[in-house]
Formats: sequence, structure tokens, C-alpha cells
Amino acid sequence: MGLEFAFWIMAVVMVGAAFAVLYLRNVFHAALALVLCFIAVAGIYVTLSADFLAAVQILVYVGAISVLIILGVMMTREVQKGNPVNKMRLPAAIVAVVLLGILVYVVTSTPWGISTQDPLTPTTMPLATKLFSENGFILPVEIGAVLLLAAILGAIVIIREKKK
Amino acid sequence: MVIPDFVLNAPLAMQVTPADWPGGYWWHWLFFTIIIIAFVLIMVMGVIYIERRGMGRMQSRLGPNRTGPFGLLQPVADAIKVLLKENIVPATADKVVHWLAPIIAFSPVLMIFAVIPFQNGALLADLNIGILYIIAVSSVATVGVFMAGWGSSNKYSLLGAMRNVAAIVSYEIPLALTIVGVIIFSGSLSMNQIVVAQDIPYILVQPLGFLLFFIAASAEINRSPFDLMEADSELTAGFHTEYSGMKFAMFYLVEYAEAIAMSAIITTLFLSGWRGPFLPPWLWFLIKTLVVFFVMVWTRTTLPRVRIDQLMALAWKFLFPLALVNLFITAIEVIFWPDISQWIFVGVNIVIAALLVILWSKLFKIGWGRLEV
Repeated sequence: MGLEFAFWIMAVVMVGAAFAVLYLRNVFHAALALVLCFIAVAGIYVTLSADFLAAVQILVYVGAISVLIILGVMMTREVQKGNPVNKMRLPAAIVAVVLLGILVYVVTSTPWGISTQDPLTPTTMPLATKLFSENGFILPVEIGAVLLLAAILGAIVIIREKKK
Repeated sequence: MVIPDFVLNAPLAMQVTPADWPGGYWWHWLFFTIIIIAFVLIMVMGVIYIERRGMGRMQSRLGPNRTGPFGLLQPVADAIKVLLKENIVPATADKVVHWLAPIIAFSPVLMIFAVIPFQNGALLADLNIGILYIIAVSSVATVGVFMAGWGSSNKYSLLGAMRNVAAIVSYEIPLALTIVGVIIFSGSLSMNQIVVAQDIPYILVQPLGFLLFFIAASAEINRSPFDLMEADSELTAGFHTEYSGMKFAMFYLVEYAEAIAMSAIITTLFLSGWRGPFLPPWLWFLIKTLVVFFVMVWTRTTLPRVRIDQLMALAWKFLFPLALVNLFITAIEVIFWPDISQWIFVGVNIVIAALLVILWSKLFKIGWGRLEV
């Protein structure tokens, strides 16, 4: 009962915030609505007993990614009046419709399994063994780290000042 | 507030409510919510008094001493004055954002106290991800600062907010890395378990970690010498230049509540929290928190404010590599010698910390003569 109530509050806030991101003309307000949306997603994780995931969601999405987006908005001139109109409307609409079609197809055709087991407490220990043990996901974790490092190096190369 | 040592008997218990607690879950929630709010408000008044009188003493002046005995009622008088002030909103301000910013800055600070143990098991929620929760929640406060800077439509506010965010994003990395060192020794993310595991205060086992954490924490909460996001001589008052009345009071409250929260976190992670002989545990916790805050006041009066490029260089060239080295050494010690007495690590780590700090301060240079922002 309580969980269901919490879920519906989070779901309504999340969808409302997502619509606000789409329809607000002021880009700064849209970025703030995105923050609200991320927090509501973290709330959903809490109701699913995924506490570690919820904390990481707040840390990464609210603490890092939203801050980068807001910094981007602040550093850009004239952006607070909304996107300038251009001629990409039709291609954008086609891509959006195709993406929506794929998502709806995947969501409706996947058999969503619901586990009847009690959620694990604490979640940190099993997560660590899954991620870092020899039979776990250590290779994808390492590949992800190397990819991020390459991205950081690329960014540094791009912004490095030219020798005169 | 006497709570039995059941956490020791059931180390994996999620809910800390003891069996004889009246009413169970909701009463626990109500009780600790009221305790936390009262604690934060009273402590803020207390530390403002300590800071103003202590700074006065250190700077060879008297400090506020007219209102009440020894000036004890000065914070109360300040609070009443600020509440009665007119609330001025700039004409070009983004009204909604300007109004919401103090609330969004304040609520995460209050939420941090939910996982801080006042004595064994006496906390709102003994989350098994306690310290991660603190890092996550405190990162939300950045958004409040951003909103204040942007919503005021004032260039000084905006510059203050930008500096603040640059500092917080940089200093969060050494902060988190030093916390990992503590977690490796304690073997748990839960704040209560970290205290229970501290037979020797981690300030001795992790001397380098403590130093780095203290510096990074001072920078995170904008305390002097890292308070250049509200440097009066450059930016009038930084992101809260355009705030007055109750909303200014909220930002003032956030500043001191953050200082108390960081003192409490340092107490819990490095000074063995509520543990100590003779005195009741909650009193030990209070004393240690106030001592840490006093050291913050001390550094504030001792050190001059740094420049923005020095701030960034300190984070990335000094704290970050040392935090990595500290984490590496800690991991090696725990993996290869898990069973020997921690007192051996105390000696070894203090020597290593001293060597590293001396070595790095010889190597530390800012931009090799080029000064860029």
C-alpha cells in the first residue's frame, strides 16, 4: 500500500518533469526540470530496494551530469530564449517517431519477469562480488574505464591551447 | 535516549529501532526528525557564537559581547533582525528560481544528518550505504547554489556560483577517495558500523587521509581560506548578493549547517564518533564535533584567502595525487596484512604521510610561473 502510493507519486512527478523538459521555452528551467526527473527516478529505485543504485543515480546524474548541462547553458550566449529555429524539423520528427516505435515494440514484446525472492540486504557486498570477482563483470568494468579515460584524453587534446 | 547495543549483536540489521521502542517505525521517524531539526538549529546558533567570539579573540578584539551574558544572545538578536528585514527581489530576477533556491540549498544539508549516529544506533536511518548517501545528497546542494546565482540575474552572483561549482566538482574527487580509504579499513559503508569498527580512531590509522579530507571538506563548504566564491572584495557576497531577509537567513543557515555536518562527518569517520571513556556517548559526539569546528575557525583566522588558480591547482596537483597514493597504500596494507595489529599501521602511516606531504610540497608548483584562471 505505502509502496504503491510512493510509486505513483514518483511516477507522476517523473512524467510531469519530463514533459516540462520538453515544453519549457526557458532552457535553464528545462534543465532544472531534468534534475527533478532524475531525483524521481532515484525515488523509484528506492521503492525497488535498489538503494546503492539510487545513491549512484543522485550522485552521477544530479551531482555531475545536470551540473555540466547547467554550466553549458550558462556558458552559451542567447540560449535562455530557447533553441533557434532551423530546417531540421522533418528529419528530427522522423528519427523521433522511429525511436518511439522501437521503444514501444521492445517494451511490449519483452516478457518482464517478476522475482518473488526477498530483496538482498545489504546490497553492497553482492554488487561488489558481481562486479569485481573473477567470474563477474570485471572485463566490462575495465573496458568502460578505458573508454572513459580515452574520452577524457580526447577532450584535453581538443581544448589544449595552440602553441603560437 | 538510551538505546541498547543491539547493533553489535545484529550487524546486518537495516532498521535500528530496538524491540522496546514505543510505536516502532513512525515514532522513531518523528522522534529523530524533531531531534535533528532542533540539533541543527541550536548548534548553528552555538557555532556562530563560537566562531564570532573565537575569531575576535584570535584577532585581538572583543567580538560581540553586549547582548545577554558574554554576548550569548547575539545569534538570537541577529536571527530576529534578519527575519524582520524587508524581502527584496530584483526586478529582472527569475522569480520562481530565486524563491526556490534557498530551500533547495537547505534541504540536502538537513538530510545529511539522517545517517549520522549520535550514539550507538541513535540515528534516523542506519542505511548500509550511509557514507555514499551523504556524498550523493550533498551533491544536490550545488543545484541550489546554481539557481541562486542564475535567478538573481546579477553578474557577481553568477560568477560566485560558477566558482563555487568549479570548486565543489574538483574537491569532491579527493574527498571521495579519502573516504574510500576509511571504508577499506572499516569494511562497511554504514556510518554506525564505521564507528563500531574504530577501535583506534582512524585519524591515527589514516593520518594522510584525515589531512586531505579536512582540506577538501573546508573547500567543499566554502570555508576560509577557500571562500573565494563569496570573496567580499571581489564579488560583494557571491551567489547570495541579491538575497535579503528570510532568504538570506536561509543561506546563512546553510553555511553553518554545512560546517556542522562536515564536522560531524569528520568526527564519525576519523575521530571514532560517539566512542570514548567516562562521558555518555552523545556528549563525546558533541564535544568532538565542536572541537573539529573550532579547528575550522582556527584555520579561517590563520590562513589568507587563496586565488582561484591556486584553488584549482591545490585540488588537482596536490590533493588528488596524494589521495590516490593514500588509497593505494591502504589497499595494499589491508590485502597483505589483514591480521596484524593496527597499531603497526599507525606508525607506518604517520611516517609515510609526513614523507609524502614534504615531498609533494617541494614538487608543488602553480603553472610554472604562468598564472591563468
